[in-house]
Amino acid sequence: MTSELKPDPLKSDHWRSAVKYSPFYNKIKEHDYVNEWHRWAEYTTPTVLEDTTIEYFAIRNSASIFDITPMSKYRIKGPDALDFMNRLLPRDMTKIRVGRVAYTVWCDDEGMVIDDGTVFRVADDEYLLCAQERQMETLRRNAVGFDIEYSEVTDEIAAISFQGPCTCKILKNMGFNDVETMKMFDVRFFDFPGGEIMISRSGYTGDLGYEIWTKNDQAEALWDAIYAGGKDYAIRPIGGNALEIARIEAGLIAAKIEFSPANETVRAGHAKSPYELGLGWLVKLDKGVAFNGRRALIKEKEKGSRYRFVKLDVEGNKAATNAYLFDKEDGKSIGYVSSAAWAPSAKTNLALGFVDMPYGEVGDIVWAEIYYQKELKWNKRWAKCTVMKDPAWNPPRKTLTPPEDF
Amino acid sequence: MTDNTNKSYDVIIVGGGHNGLVCAAYLAKAGKKVVVLEAENQVGGAAITGELSYGKKVSSCAQFLNQLNGKVSKDLNLTKHGLKLSASNISTIALDADGDHMRLTKNSVKGGGINETDAENYKEFMSLMHEYAATLGFLIDLPPMDIFNLDWDDKVSAMKLGWKLRFGLGAEKMSELLRMIGMNIRDVLDDEFDNEHLKGALSFDAVLGTHTGPYSPGNFLNFLYRIAAGKAGAVDIPEGGMGAVTEAMSNAAIANGAEVRTGARVKSIDVDNCAVTGVTLEDGEVLSAEIVASNANMKTTVYDMVGTRHFEADFVKRIGDIRMRGAAAKLHIALRDLPDFKGLAKDDLKNRLVIAPSQDQVERAFNHVKYGEVSTSPMMEISIPSVVDSSLTEKGHVLSATVQYAPYELKGGWTDQAKADFLETCINRIAEFAPDIREHIEHAELITPKDLEDRFGLVGGNWHHGELTLDQMLMLRPVPEASRYALPLDGMYICGAGAHPGGGVMGAAGRNAAQAILKGEEK
Repeated sequence: MTSELKPDPLKSDHWRSAVKYSPFYNKIKEHDYVNEWHRWAEYTTPTVLEDTTIEYFAIRNSASIFDITPMSKYRIKGPDALDFMNRLLPRDMTKIRVGRVAYTVWCDDEGMVIDDGTVFRVADDEYLLCAQERQMETLRRNAVGFDIEYSEVTDEIAAISFQGPCTCKILKNMGFNDVETMKMFDVRFFDFPGGEIMISRSGYTGDLGYEIWTKNDQAEALWDAIYAGGKDYAIRPIGGNALEIARIEAGLIAAKIEFSPANETVRAGHAKSPYELGLGWLVKLDKGVAFNGRRALIKEKEKGSRYRFVKLDVEGNKAATNAYLFDKEDGKSIGYVSSAAWAPSAKTNLALGFVDMPYGEVGDIVWAEIYYQKELKWNKRWAKCTVMKDPAWNPPRKTLTPPEDF
Repeated sequence: MTDNTNKSYDVIIVGGGHNGLVCAAYLAKAGKKVVVLEAENQVGGAAITGELSYGKKVSSCAQFLNQLNGKVSKDLNLTKHGLKLSASNISTIALDADGDHMRLTKNSVKGGGINETDAENYKEFMSLMHEYAATLGFLIDLPPMDIFNLDWDDKVSAMKLGWKLRFGLGAEKMSELLRMIGMNIRDVLDDEFDNEHLKGALSFDAVLGTHTGPYSPGNFLNFLYRIAAGKAGAVDIPEGGMGAVTEAMSNAAIANGAEVRTGARVKSIDVDNCAVTGVTLEDGEVLSAEIVASNANMKTTVYDMVGTRHFEADFVKRIGDIRMRGAAAKLHIALRDLPDFKGLAKDDLKNRLVIAPSQDQVERAFNHVKYGEVSTSPMMEISIPSVVDSSLTEKGHVLSATVQYAPYELKGGWTDQAKADFLETCINRIAEFAPDIREHIEHAELITPKDLEDRFGLVGGNWHHGELTLDQMLMLRPVPEASRYALPLDGMYICGAGAHPGGGVMGAAGRNAAQAILKGEEK
């Protein structure tokens, strides 16, 4: 890429190309060897920069940087902000104090999940909502009758997910005092040239990690500061492929993989409820106020769900990608695998998937029909799968406060 | 006013329109402790008789009684409670500027240069319409089927409907009904008749109270609905104006033990822990009940009285999306004496006088409203009830007319000047048929669609509280989640025209809602 064509992410370049460039784009590009990028919302985002396995191990063994600027970000502010969030989300939002972030899903009236994401309570009357998919329409129809203002700030906030066992140490080296006292899901603001930046102890890897939120024009300075603070810690920017392995290993679901967003799903039975995604713990039916999906979820709780989300320990070493699930070998089809990967740290062959109720209780055995290629020839194998209770990767360091010092 | 010792009810009804009163009467009859809270100083909602001037009274909004539900009338014994008709089964006279008027009854058409073929076709056509109306009419008295969760009653009415369509009507007529049901009135009438004046008058019945012109899709159904939801097309004039109808309903409610309070404006319907707890009045008084039924407009109920936050967002969105555009204004004239309608005797003036000379004229009148203008040559349905009802005036007469079309949102706004100008247009229009009318006018007033909203709570100026179109009828009315009168909020019901079977002074929505409330309690 010649210097003339080098995108300037701080300018509106929409006339030049059909993709947007994150403020971190030029920094990431310096580490890009294989030129594999894909579209994430309007942004171009790396699939892999050098080698997926090496990038994955940066998450688990040192420090990784993943650009999450393309995530949909919204600011909700006003006297009714708490009531608004409490009606939008099934969680009891009165429990989420200022300075905390919460993982949540949100549903339509039928109790089907529209999307999942994180909610940052940045002030008494202000939240930041971070979502996988675009949510302006959801916010628009939810805002009717509430004294709030809401706006999309996706393009105004540059953000990275900084994950790995050494990340706390690096942040400390950068001068973010007391960052080590942050508990899981804490949010704090820190001084930084150009204005305060927001750091949350959160992530999508099941590991120690932080997400750092800045203004666009601070992005490159932040990047340089991280590299300066972490010069001895093998920091590595990563692509989506490495992150995908980490999130499967941690048993975390993904929109458009584990569930089809309810607001763009037309076929009956193709959307899923929080209970069916194994996220019943997010639903507080008796919080005393109406929230989207409440009536349907009460019914579902009474009548039972259709599907069960399962984390599977799959026998053998063949990834159960796209496999159907059966009650026994050559038995009745009871479900499917939605995500599968060899988990390098947990050293298990993992799959996430769904089975019809009442199959798939913890400890139960189901069978996966796995198709795989060997020297171009397709083979089939039946693999015994055990339904796991906990995520394959859930180390104490994820939540340990203060984190280990390296 | 009640004293402060007793503020707890089984059911509170918000709004004392005709449906609210009917609902209360049925509930009280079933032994419930009910109160109706009416904001105004008289009950009746949009079915009231108001002062015009010089001691003259007139029906302020609705003016004819053509859809009063037979079951309501009988169950509540409205005659015993004071309902009298000053004229029944009146004809429609389609006015002609040259005095060659056309007279229409349920099954005959005469005059106005009608030829034998058209007269014969009219008889046949109307008989088919009445057959269709009789086939579908039973749906009016039932809650819409819950097609997602059919109960036994739903299955019975589904079978009844199927049976009536296929074996009652027979294959040929059923097929014809299915062909016609989604059509516009113009195509239907052009298929049947040649006479433009006849078609004009009939098309007017299809567009009355709607935001459609003869060409607009789907309004044949409106034409049919007028007959199906009524007393087989009969048009009556209640003695004392429409207020007398609601007064009789109020009497019936009170006689059955309901409390009816006027001047009791509900500020909010109160909710605690996802269930209704009662209401708070504007003066701060709190009344409690586990069930509240709103006779108010759906949007008013959900947005203003309960509050959107007590409902889930998709439901709120759907309520906001209900189309309720009114395009009719109301004209009231106090007359010193009867004007001379060319070619009509005094006795003819008790009838329903319609100005709709041709379908093209109706359509052209409609064109304006699409662009926020008033019709330059409006269509009208005129009543001079004082001809048969001396209780309305000591001397002289009152003329009341529904005028189409006037937009809810007028370009430039409904200023005093704009109102005065349109009033002039309307009087000029009547003068085309009764040239001496100006000499007799004591006072004239125009009620715009915006006024209808302000005075009667008819949001958008639509007197059906939601346009009656196929996508807003039956199990889709007002929205699928509330089609059985219960809203998705524990204890909250609707009982007004916004629910099935819609507006027009029927009382059927109130009756159906009362039954839904009673049935809900059994569970």
